Amino acid sequence: MNVMDTRATSAMLYLDGVHVSFDGFHAINNLSLTLAPGEMRAIIGPNGAGKTTMMDIITGKTKPDEGTVLFDGVTDLTRLDETRIAELGIGRKFQKPTVFESQTVEDNLLLALNVDHSVKGTLFWRGSKAESERIEKVLETIRLTDARGRLAGSLSHGQKQWLEIGMLLAQDPKLLLVDEPVAGMTDVETHLTAELLKEINKNHTVMVVEHDMTFVRELGVKVTCLHEGSVLAEGTIDQVSSNERVIEVYLGR
Amino acid sequence: MTPHMLTRSLDRGATMFLAIVAACGILIPLSNLLLPAGSFFQVPTYLVALWGKYVCYAILALSIDLIWGYCGILSLGHGAFFALGGYAMGMYLMRQIGTRGVYGNPILPDFMVFLNWQKLPWYWYGFDMFWFAALMVLFVPGLLAFCFGWLAFRSRVTGVYLSIITQAMTYALLLGFFRNDFGFGGNNGLTDFKDILGFNVQAEGTRATLFALSCLALIVGFLICRAIVTSKLGKVLIAIRDAESRTRFLGYRVESYKLFVFTVSACMAGVAGALYVPQVGIINPSEFAPGNSIEAVIWVAVGGRGTLAGAALGAVVVNYAKTFFTSGVLAPYWLFMLGALFILVTLLLPKGIVGTFNAWWEPFKAKNGVANEAAEDGVSEPKMAE
Repeated sequence: MNVMDTRATSAMLYLDGVHVSFDGFHAINNLSLTLAPGEMRAIIGPNGAGKTTMMDIITGKTKPDEGTVLFDGVTDLTRLDETRIAELGIGRKFQKPTVFESQTVEDNLLLALNVDHSVKGTLFWRGSKAESERIEKVLETIRLTDARGRLAGSLSHGQKQWLEIGMLLAQDPKLLLVDEPVAGMTDVETHLTAELLKEINKNHTVMVVEHDMTFVRELGVKVTCLHEGSVLAEGTIDQVSSNERVIEVYLGR
Repeated sequence: MTPHMLTRSLDRGATMFLAIVAACGILIPLSNLLLPAGSFFQVPTYLVALWGKYVCYAILALSIDLIWGYCGILSLGHGAFFALGGYAMGMYLMRQIGTRGVYGNPILPDFMVFLNWQKLPWYWYGFDMFWFAALMVLFVPGLLAFCFGWLAFRSRVTGVYLSIITQAMTYALLLGFFRNDFGFGGNNGLTDFKDILGFNVQAEGTRATLFALSCLALIVGFLICRAIVTSKLGKVLIAIRDAESRTRFLGYRVESYKLFVFTVSACMAGVAGALYVPQVGIINPSEFAPGNSIEAVIWVAVGGRGTLAGAALGAVVVNYAKTFFTSGVLAPYWLFMLGALFILVTLLLPKGIVGTFNAWWEPFKAKNGVANEAAEDGVSEPKMAE
């Protein structure tokens, strides 16, 4: 037995028995889920299944009524606020693309870089070569090198989604939470996004919430189906989509 | 401020603005003092004092633009910081009166003698020294803004709720300062000033110098604001303005950023108030009136939110119009005109004078192959969506 290891679990993310209710509505009900380091997991589920609420809990936006949420085996996320959790290395892409519209693509990435985020640090900030190289690399990955000087608000919907993924990359978190990355995208863009996420998964643990089954199939990763705030089924996309209860909740009873 | 921050903050528009303010700050006092009275180019003393007042308002507008235009904090109580700075200066000026007051008391200002006070309240100590008063001009508004901001921003009070509590703050101060037992002259405030640093406040030379100093303060304030908004911190402020919770999820302590600019802004407003008081010769509780703070926000909206120079311009233009219209037959209608102005600007010029000019000038400039400064600037006009 390794005495040095004080981790409660080896999982990157560990949720156990989590409950949240809003005014009596049980948004999350005894939810338990683990994500291994380096894993990519797709979360599916009908509307109101609690997917976004789960992300809110992990990122500190919502505090659970009960249950354990452990990050990296040691950190209890339920005690921390959004800023602290972001600093620990959890990045989040929102359902609706939220980029800083009145600033350039490059500045958006600059803001996302995980460098000194203090008031003093940013006031006296001077760019460094390492920083511009990292921005350069991210721009290439998200295919926006040519659009670097454009205002983020002028980008197409798909480009905004990529920019936001790029901001996550610049943040370089240990765990990426990606909420509906292909909503409103064309087929080509959807395909490119799947490629992009696979690329990102080489160095990061990723959790993707998505409705688009073609996209989830293309990712080819383990799938968890949520329903009424708890896990309904887990396995490969074929196993999950042939599960009778999953079919039932998706098609309605 | 480090040299690179200074060079980065100076684009063409900023340099032009500074040049104009510096020219006014030098030429107007010189013409007033050196040319013979009555000459066509001589600026009469009453105008120097009037324009000095406008320059102080411009500094106040600048301080509001820093938080509203760049960080989305709409303070409807900034007049409070302006007035507090003014009171700090007023207290110094009161103690300079000495035995020349009506009651001739060497320590106590007239209103305290009148109220039968036997000794100076503790919070008046030190105000006989200029350096102490000057420090308080920055410290008192700064401290109030820090405490207020610490509570408000930590509790994530934003938008219209924040605007309402800033109104409540200035209104509470208004009521407090109206009271005689508060120790600041009650209803009448502080007035009858004799001299500042040994110079007679009524003298032409003093007035001209105060005007020049106000212009200098405007220049310094503008440079500080430009250095802030062109730094990476400025980008974070705009990010907070446009998408606050996104900024938080990137790992920025939004409340610390807001607290920082809010405090800097309050200190600037305090300086504006301190320069205002010796030029107008009085400070009384009406400076805390909520209407004053709202008016100051209108100046910024008219000039152009998020443009700094526009805020200063708006302050001067609106106040010039105010002076012009309130001294004629139109006087009773001034408030209607101010209201109409605000509505028209919001409808027709949502970016304000300078913002609209920039939007018109940018494509023209780009077409003519002038280097695109705006993109390097990283600062664009905000949406008027408050």
